[in-house]
Amino acid sequence: MGSFVPHTTSEIEAMLGFLGLDSLDDLFAHIPEAVRLAGGLAIDPGRSEADVLDRLGALAGRNRPAGPSSGTGQLVCFAGGGAYEHDIPTAVRALAGRSEFVTSYTPYQPELAQGVLQALFEYQTMLCRITGMDVANASLYDGASAAVEGLNLAAAATGRKLVWVSAGVRPAIRAVIRTLCGPRLEIREAPLRDGRTVWPDDLDQPAALLLAHPNHLGVLEDVAGAGELAHAAGALLVAGADPVAAGVLRPVGELGADVAVGEGQPLGTPLAFGGPYVGLFAVKQAPYVRRWLPGRLVGEGQDSEGRKAYVLTLSTREQHIRRAGASSNVCTNQTLIAVTTAIHLAWLGPQGLRELALRCARGARYTRDALLRIRGVEPAATAPTLYEFAVRTPRPAGEVLEKLAEAGFLGGLELTREYPELGEALLVTVTETRTRADIDAYVTAFEKAVA
Amino acid sequence: MSERTVPDLLTRPSAGRAASMPLMGREGEPTVFELSSPGRKAWSFRETGLPEWAPEDLVPAEHLAGAPPALPEMSERDLVAHMSRLSSRNYSVDHGAYPLGSCTMKYNPKLCDAVAAMPALAHCHPAQPDDQIQGWLALLADLERILCEVTGTAAATLQPAAGAQGELTGLLLMRAWHESRGRTPTKVLIPDSAHGTNPASAAMAGYEAVEVPSDGRGLVDLDALRRLVSDDVAGLMLTNPNTVGLFEVDIEPIAAALHAADGLLYYDGANLNAILGAVRPGDMGFDIVHLNLHKTFATPHGGGGPGAGPVAVSERLAPFLPGPLPRPVPGEEGRYRWEMPERSIGRIHGWHGNALVLARAYAYILFHGGEGLAEIARTAVLNARYLKERLRGTYDFPYDGPCMHEFVASSAGIKRKSGAKALDLAKRLIEEGFHPPTMYFPLIVDEALMVEPTETESPQTVEALAQALLAVAAEAEADGGAAARAAPRTTPVGRVDEAAAARQLRLTWSG
Repeated sequence: MGSFVPHTTSEIEAMLGFLGLDSLDDLFAHIPEAVRLAGGLAIDPGRSEADVLDRLGALAGRNRPAGPSSGTGQLVCFAGGGAYEHDIPTAVRALAGRSEFVTSYTPYQPELAQGVLQALFEYQTMLCRITGMDVANASLYDGASAAVEGLNLAAAATGRKLVWVSAGVRPAIRAVIRTLCGPRLEIREAPLRDGRTVWPDDLDQPAALLLAHPNHLGVLEDVAGAGELAHAAGALLVAGADPVAAGVLRPVGELGADVAVGEGQPLGTPLAFGGPYVGLFAVKQAPYVRRWLPGRLVGEGQDSEGRKAYVLTLSTREQHIRRAGASSNVCTNQTLIAVTTAIHLAWLGPQGLRELALRCARGARYTRDALLRIRGVEPAATAPTLYEFAVRTPRPAGEVLEKLAEAGFLGGLELTREYPELGEALLVTVTETRTRADIDAYVTAFEKAVA
Repeated sequence: MSERTVPDLLTRPSAGRAASMPLMGREGEPTVFELSSPGRKAWSFRETGLPEWAPEDLVPAEHLAGAPPALPEMSERDLVAHMSRLSSRNYSVDHGAYPLGSCTMKYNPKLCDAVAAMPALAHCHPAQPDDQIQGWLALLADLERILCEVTGTAAATLQPAAGAQGELTGLLLMRAWHESRGRTPTKVLIPDSAHGTNPASAAMAGYEAVEVPSDGRGLVDLDALRRLVSDDVAGLMLTNPNTVGLFEVDIEPIAAALHAADGLLYYDGANLNAILGAVRPGDMGFDIVHLNLHKTFATPHGGGGPGAGPVAVSERLAPFLPGPLPRPVPGEEGRYRWEMPERSIGRIHGWHGNALVLARAYAYILFHGGEGLAEIARTAVLNARYLKERLRGTYDFPYDGPCMHEFVASSAGIKRKSGAKALDLAKRLIEEGFHPPTMYFPLIVDEALMVEPTETESPQTVEALAQALLAVAAEAEADGGAAARAAPRTTPVGRVDEAAAARQLRLTWSG
């Protein structure tokens, strides 16, 4: 069996001897007998590294992952909806895997953590630049937790409890908002019409409006319009922003958003069955930032000799100082994934990010045009989209996906259950990983699946 | 220290002391923005054969950005050099001992990295239909079963992304359970020694956090607790062993007091490493347990995340768990599907939690097995107990019961004699090749240094750490704390002025 405990028998004896104890059991002698576990854990005996790898390899073999069409059992991916298959540059993978980043703790001792602190400072700066914001934190757990914290910040900053959430926000994120904000905030939903959010005439003193841009149907929203409505009602606009789309879209910060939230997975992180991802969180400069910004924050300062040095800052907002009065209970975040995102953004640079977004959009345009030529396939919304779009299918969407899987495609996400008003509908996503040959084969399979 | 002699066996060179770490110099590293050169690039993309529509053809004018964001423009070589240099300005578990109390900075096995990199795990989309992800569902179901066995509970959610999110999940479960019984208590009891996330999470769940004092032993003051328990108390959040590193030996009467008033017991799993295979939270009467897989089960901390904070519960709370949960398909041996518990509080995570972190923890458990997990706890306690005894006489132990996997020392006596604060000693320890212990926590100990050596540090490393801690104290007493106050002098930067950085906020690079 395996073990990473280095102690030899004679070393254990030497240490016990020093302590004046007879056995390791004596270390636990003060614990009441009634709560001691008799007989040990009912868990299989340990095994070697090679055996663990075999066992995990066999388990993993029961999955059908997304991947190039040459792989056995793999599925060519046209699914997105909050988790995206993009190529990950080998340099990004190698740098993000450096064990100095991977195996360090939260940088509480700045002198020993200048590397991760500076990388986070660079991340914060890049995130501000792609969202058009002024201040970014050092990350949250995922897109859902970023949305939750955005609403919490708005409630704290305005002293109000009502939040409007667009139905275009991914359904699972809306579900998380209901779970985590529900005990403290009143949550109302604004419906979609032709794929875009319709805000009510009477917003009724809200703390925030939350939308996603592009939204879960892939549609580009009227962010500026939502910003005007929010500000007229004394509320903050919390806008879900997409780091890939940022290569071509005007940043939400330019369009009136007060808080930008999002999911950083598309840049450098694999699909990973949903995690770990990274929550993007950035705000406009405002008086409430110092008190209410959630999560870790890295600042530039100086050491005792006047040299530039980075350090966690504004910790007075945080739970370890303010306890029950903290702006958020977030402690650990997703530093490693944030650093990965930063490395990928630097690898892309401005032109690379634009090229990436354009390539996704081109693939999506080509795919959408081809799918809409299939008899019975219709757009689920006519408003402009970027690299994801929703189509209605003449047969049940779940059935279409099954047939596409038989043909080797992860054909999209079913929308029917969450958006019954669309009828049988699919969300189709195309990234830069898909070639014309992939798409042509997909369209052919799609045509057969709906026939 | 006493007259007891340190066995020679333990004084050989230590592999966990990192004083030999190489550094090229003490110049600052420029930012990516300063290393940027207009027109330079690292990127390349595959040939797709698709029509090359122009941006104007793809994006409506009102949405189209005039120019892309001002990101750095770098060659791949320069980017690799920059990030590699940043990485070498960072201490890590892979470099040496990291005795950070309450954080369980043990060795992170490379085996688990290899598992997380398996393409058939890493490249699954989280929304794939059940029949395409049977491997993942089986893995998560088995991990849930094992975590329940470790904690003595009935069912668990693996969704929470970190300990704090696990705490919030647990408190929402507490709330849902009370509401299901027509009760709406408003308070949650939390010991004064608790981690700050406890009261913060309680507030997020809509509860008022009420502090329970510690007694002279550093344990929950049982009489005070009994006075605080009432109909209006939803439950007690407790870490056991607690944040002083001591086992709450009154756990049975504590649990009885809460349960008698219909309150629930919440277990903060920060210190589970101490009792693996020896004591189970469920057997102590806890109803809700969160685990920190990035502590106990050795998934790497990543410089502050990702972690994973599963929450396990007793039978009566299982119907309220977040979902969906992986469950066996009735009548189909070995097949699983996602199911939503009947009275679920809802989703906690946008997908299924930090899945690749969960896979790492699963591999770690398979490697060790049940007996291996028990060996971890025994050795973690042995290391801590030894280290504590080696420091006796130089450092004070305000709460001096038998420590578990960590202990809290006070350097208040050293400060009185030398003027050197716990912070100064910690910074001086860096020069000796060790990451400092946790400082100034818990709040109930003056000049606190919380030390957790973990089981993967060898006896020689623990002894070397003891000698370093004794040496910096002796030096401070000899030189009035001068060297400690000047430390660290061997790191890329010297002592950072945190207060000034908070006053003069610079949160982004602006040239």
